[in-house]
Amino acid sequence: MPLTDTVTTEQQNTLTVRSLLVWGLLAGLVGGLLAFGFASAFGEPSVDAAISIEESGGAHEHSHGDAGQAHDHGTAAEEPAEEEPVSRAFQATGGLGIGAVAYGLGLGGLFSLAFAFAYGRLGSLSPRASAVTVAGLAYVGVVLVPFLKYPANPPAVGNGATIGERTGLFFGMIAISLVALVLAVVAARALSRRWGGWWSTLAGGAGYLVVVGVAAALLPAINEVPTGFPPSVLWEFRTASLGTSAVLYAGIGVAFAALLHRGLTRGRTL
Amino acid sequence: MTTHTVAVPTPIPVRIPVRQILPYAIFTGILSLIALYFVGAEQGALAVFDGTTVHELVHDARHLLGFPCH
Ligand SMILES: [Zn+2]
Repeated sequence: MPLTDTVTTEQQNTLTVRSLLVWGLLAGLVGGLLAFGFASAFGEPSVDAAISIEESGGAHEHSHGDAGQAHDHGTAAEEPAEEEPVSRAFQATGGLGIGAVAYGLGLGGLFSLAFAFAYGRLGSLSPRASAVTVAGLAYVGVVLVPFLKYPANPPAVGNGATIGERTGLFFGMIAISLVALVLAVVAARALSRRWGGWWSTLAGGAGYLVVVGVAAALLPAINEVPTGFPPSVLWEFRTASLGTSAVLYAGIGVAFAALLHRGLTRGRTL
Repeated sequence: MTTHTVAVPTPIPVRIPVRQILPYAIFTGILSLIALYFVGAEQGALAVFDGTTVHELVHDARHLLGFPCH
C-alpha cells in the first residue's frame, strides 16, 4: 500500500493538464511531420495524376482556384488561366507540410484534452496504453468510419456546386461517429462493473457499430467520380489518404505516450 | 501479499478532475478547432477570408486528410 500512495502523490504532482497540452502539441508536431513525409511519398503521385487528368479536360469543368462559391476575385475573376496564389510546386511541398503540421498541432491539442478526460477512466490500462488507445479510437471514430461512408477524393473528383452539401454530410458523419464513440466508451465503462471488462467492451463496440451503421445507411450517398477517371488512381489516392491519417494519429499516440511516460517516471528511482 | 507485489514500474493512472480540465478544454479546444478548420474547410464550403490563398496553400493536405475540397 505505501507503494501505491507514493506513486499517487507523485503523479498528482507531475500530471497537470498544462503538461498534457504541451506534450499534445509536441506529439502533434511529430505526427504532422511524419504525416507530411508519408503524404509526400505516397499521396502526391496520385494527386499529381488526378490534376493532370483534370487539366487534360477529362473531368468536368473545375478551375482549381475556385472553391465552389462566389469569391471576390476582383478583376481576375474572368480570366480562366488565373495566376494561382500558390504555385503547384509549392502546394505539393511547402503547402502540404504547412497544412499537415498545422493540422497535427490542432489535432495534438484536441488529443491531449481527450486524453485528460480518458486518463484513469479506461479501466486498468497503463498510461501509455491509454494514450495509444485514445489515438486508435479517435482514428476509427474520426477518420476510418466516416471515410467508409464518405471517402476522400482526389482533385478532379467532386462537383464544385455541391461542396456545401458534401462538407455538411462529411462533418455530420464525423459528428455522429464521434458522439456514438464517446457514448459507447462511457457505456462500456459503466457496464464493466456488472458485466466485466470483456463483455462491456464488446457491447460498447457493438452499440457503436449499430449506430454508425444505421447512420451510414440513412445518409445520402455521394458519388461524383467522373466517368473515365482511372480507378487505380482513385484507389491509390484513397489508400494514401487513409495511410496519411493513420500515420498522423499513430505518430501523435506514440509520441504522446513516450512524453507521458517520461514525465511520469522522471525523478523516480525505478 | 509479497507473491503478488512484483514492483511494477508502470505508473498507476490517476484521474484528473473534470473541473480542472474544463478551462483548458474550452481555450485549447477552440484554438485547435480553428487550426483544423483552416486546414480542412476554409475557403471551401465556408470562408472567413476572401480569396483562395488559404485554400490553395493547404490544398494537398486537405485532400489527403479526407476533406471535401472543391
Ligand atoms: Zn482540390
